Amino acid sequence: MSDYRIQGATGEWEVVIGLEVHAQVTSNAKLFSGAATAFGAEPNTQVALVDAAFPGMLPVPNEECLRQAVRTGMALNAQINAWSRFDRKNYFYADLPQGYQISQLYHPIVGEGEIEVDLEGGATKTIGVERIHVEQDAGKLMHDQHPNYSYVDLNRTGVALMEIVSRPDMRSPEEAGAYVRKLRAILRYLGSCDGNMEQGSMRADVNVSVRKPGAEFGTRTETKNVNSVRFIMAVIEHEARRQVDLIEDGGTIVQETRLYDPDRNETRSLRSKEDAHDYRYFPDPDLLPVELSDAFLEECRASLPELPDAKRARYENELGLSAYNASVLTAEVETARWFEALLASPGKPDAQRASNWVTSELFGALNKVGKGIEDSPVTPAQGGELLGLIADGTLSGTLAKQVFEIMLETGEGPAAIVEARGLKQTSDIGAIEAVIAGVLANNPNQLEQYRGGKEALFGFFVGQTMKAMQGKANPAVVNELLKKALG
Amino acid sequence: MSGITDLGVAAIRDGVKAGTFSAREAAVAYIGAMEAGRPLNAFVVETPEHALAAADAADADRAAGNLKPLSGVPLGIKDLFCTAGVQTTAGSRMLEGYKPVYESTVSANLFAAGAGMLGKLNMDEFAMGSSNETSAFGNVLSPWRRNDGGNVALTPGGSSGGSASAVAARMAPGVTGTDTGGSIRQPAAFTGITGIKPTYGRCSRWGVVAFASSLDQAGPMARDVKDCAVMLEAMAGFDAKDSTSLNLPVPTWEAALSSDIRGKRVGIPKEYRIDGVPAEIDAVWEQGIAWLRDAGAEIVEVSLPHTKYALPTYYIIAPAEASSNLARYDGVRYGLRVQPEQGGLNDMYEATRAAGFGAEVKRRIMIGTYVLSAGFYDAYFNQAQKVRALIARDFDTAFEDVDLLLTPTAPSAAFGIGEKMADPIAMYLNDVFAVPASLAGLPAISVPAGLDGQGLPLGLQIIGRALDEQGVLNAALAFEERAGFNHRAEAWW
Repeated sequence: MSDYRIQGATGEWEVVIGLEVHAQVTSNAKLFSGAATAFGAEPNTQVALVDAAFPGMLPVPNEECLRQAVRTGMALNAQINAWSRFDRKNYFYADLPQGYQISQLYHPIVGEGEIEVDLEGGATKTIGVERIHVEQDAGKLMHDQHPNYSYVDLNRTGVALMEIVSRPDMRSPEEAGAYVRKLRAILRYLGSCDGNMEQGSMRADVNVSVRKPGAEFGTRTETKNVNSVRFIMAVIEHEARRQVDLIEDGGTIVQETRLYDPDRNETRSLRSKEDAHDYRYFPDPDLLPVELSDAFLEECRASLPELPDAKRARYENELGLSAYNASVLTAEVETARWFEALLASPGKPDAQRASNWVTSELFGALNKVGKGIEDSPVTPAQGGELLGLIADGTLSGTLAKQVFEIMLETGEGPAAIVEARGLKQTSDIGAIEAVIAGVLANNPNQLEQYRGGKEALFGFFVGQTMKAMQGKANPAVVNELLKKALG
Repeated sequence: MSGITDLGVAAIRDGVKAGTFSAREAAVAYIGAMEAGRPLNAFVVETPEHALAAADAADADRAAGNLKPLSGVPLGIKDLFCTAGVQTTAGSRMLEGYKPVYESTVSANLFAAGAGMLGKLNMDEFAMGSSNETSAFGNVLSPWRRNDGGNVALTPGGSSGGSASAVAARMAPGVTGTDTGGSIRQPAAFTGITGIKPTYGRCSRWGVVAFASSLDQAGPMARDVKDCAVMLEAMAGFDAKDSTSLNLPVPTWEAALSSDIRGKRVGIPKEYRIDGVPAEIDAVWEQGIAWLRDAGAEIVEVSLPHTKYALPTYYIIAPAEASSNLARYDGVRYGLRVQPEQGGLNDMYEATRAAGFGAEVKRRIMIGTYVLSAGFYDAYFNQAQKVRALIARDFDTAFEDVDLLLTPTAPSAAFGIGEKMADPIAMYLNDVFAVPASLAGLPAISVPAGLDGQGLPLGLQIIGRALDEQGVLNAALAFEERAGFNHRAEAWW
């Protein structure tokens, strides 16, 4: 149970949140046409006749889109409906050439499922998913092309969306944020949606109501098309506060659709329930019901990858990674993919050391340059090589850091860098002994103090020796020889 | 070569093949008849160049020894079929001047089979009507007149009115029609020709301007059963572009055509005997029963208990689908746009649709919008869907006992222009015998049976099991042989 509460004049209020996430299905073609779906194309260059609703044109379902929805359902442990149907949602708008959106109201392809989300402090919570249905996206109006007219770009018209509808199970902005992040991670693991919120591939309608803890649900508002986790959380905070203030001032919440303005961080009423469209849903007579064969369902199930929760458990239990590392490395599919490529690299690095190196060294370096792991200048194979050089004593920790810096800058492999720049660690006893002799001779005071019992000075001698050897001495050998020399 | 226009589809095909005349001669003859028939207003657009080009190709193919199934046959195409580069209006002001960049699958199939196109045929606007009076391009006249010497202008029926008139007036050997609730069969009956609506899904709907998607079905209209079989064979076939298209091979209906129907059981649905139907209809029905019995069929009374609900069911489902199908005519992308000064998007929608749609189309959009509205959906649309299932079940049950059904096609002979326009319900009643087979998606043919006392044609309808076009065609052929219907409208135009 979340203890997130809004403090009102009349006491504490609980916020109740449900999310409808629209996720663009990753597919080469649209839901009912062969037109391309790539983001950022010139306006109206990816439009089939059926997308523009020319007379007599008919929709033909793209099986790949249905397959992705089914795989998504399976990943959420959801009921898969072997029989589903498309309905028409009728309304007029310039971005909707048919005058209706083909959607699934009465018989969605995926029924009840759930998502386990991770909260602060290692807690988890299960959020119910009510349904997933498949539907067409609309086009885009362009208001900046002409002084008196709006133009319309139909490239997005008919692109397949999954609408993933949660139960009103979330009780805080954090839970909602965790739900969206987890859902996004799962979709990206599956490859059913690229999860790119900036490009609009994933956006949420945020349903918010407030109530006194334990009371009946209050009236909800729906804030449409919120396109980042941060904004979703801001909408919830803002909307819950607004509703509490309104109720406590003697007002009532009206069921309405609202819009979020990120610049002002506020929501505005778009239309009330009274003004709501009557969508006149009815079964689309151009399409047969969708019937999924057992073979199709089996193929979908067999195609499911290892999902984040299972992967994290395996990292902890089988690879022996820390809970933190396992969590961080599985949060994004690219990270896990990179990490597993690293483990599979020729040197087969030790998983625990590799995980530490990725989460500290690699992430630190990537953060500094503001790059994601998918754009890492260092490949998993190069990382594996570096870890191998550390493991076999060629590089000390300090040297490894230096080599890694050069790898990041130049993209060269670690062995080549070591070779070219002579950064190899030395275990040459004679050379190290000579340097130690010099260090002891140059620091008679410290030597005297040490021999007088101040053993903490041992580190000083190690540092001086390493410094004199430009960090290339094998620290274990240095330790051993120093102990001998200091008696 | 005026004699060529006395020849139908198969006869022209065979004549071209035999070298009796060239395909060009056939095309020229029919183009002449089409031009002479302009007073009937059957054609919205004439495309003689298309017919001639196809004819020349046919003559070349003949010389090369590779004639196609319809080589040399010039056809009329109902204006509901999108034809590449040729204006396609669906009989509506909304699409005046609209030239598709694509060819409907059915017309493409016909052209691929060697047929040419004489022109686009007039029709009720968006196929909504039973008299061809709702066309934005003027009503079509039937070539038929009553024998009372009064010269009252008669309707050819609808919505495929231009199609029916063109065949009956010998302006085309065969034409395409579409049938949503009788739009092939009723005009065929009114004009003394033959027309078949195949099983739903036999002919692709791709490129056919949609009226009511779950009911719309293309079919041929021609002078006799054989011509219908020949044309349907070319029109039908699976089309991956239409999800409701049947993925089945096209039977060789013409080759298997046989009037031997001995042992077939023909049902006479008792619910089709309804009050107010003229005695002459009953009489011709009795005559038809006698002919089929004479052909060796066994006549059985059957019951289709939900028949009386078919018409109201149809007039809920068809307008509901139409109200949605016609939403795309909004002035944004093609067709008519009316833009009021200073008006916004909604003003443009309203002005465009007010100007572009005729009264009947508006009426059906309003009915359809109403029956789908929140609060009315269950009472009307959902209920109608359930009743539709019961009507289909009635047929299933009947077809456990019989092979075919024989009924009247329409409850009257052709009526006069303007007689029923003031009363939509009276107009809708024309479809009473036609809509049950449409709701059940069954193949049904109308064949001419005789003339009424006023000298006007009456037709009977033979309905078959789903996919049994062959049974329907064979029974119709047996019927045709016995009816010996050789009446034709005297040319007065």
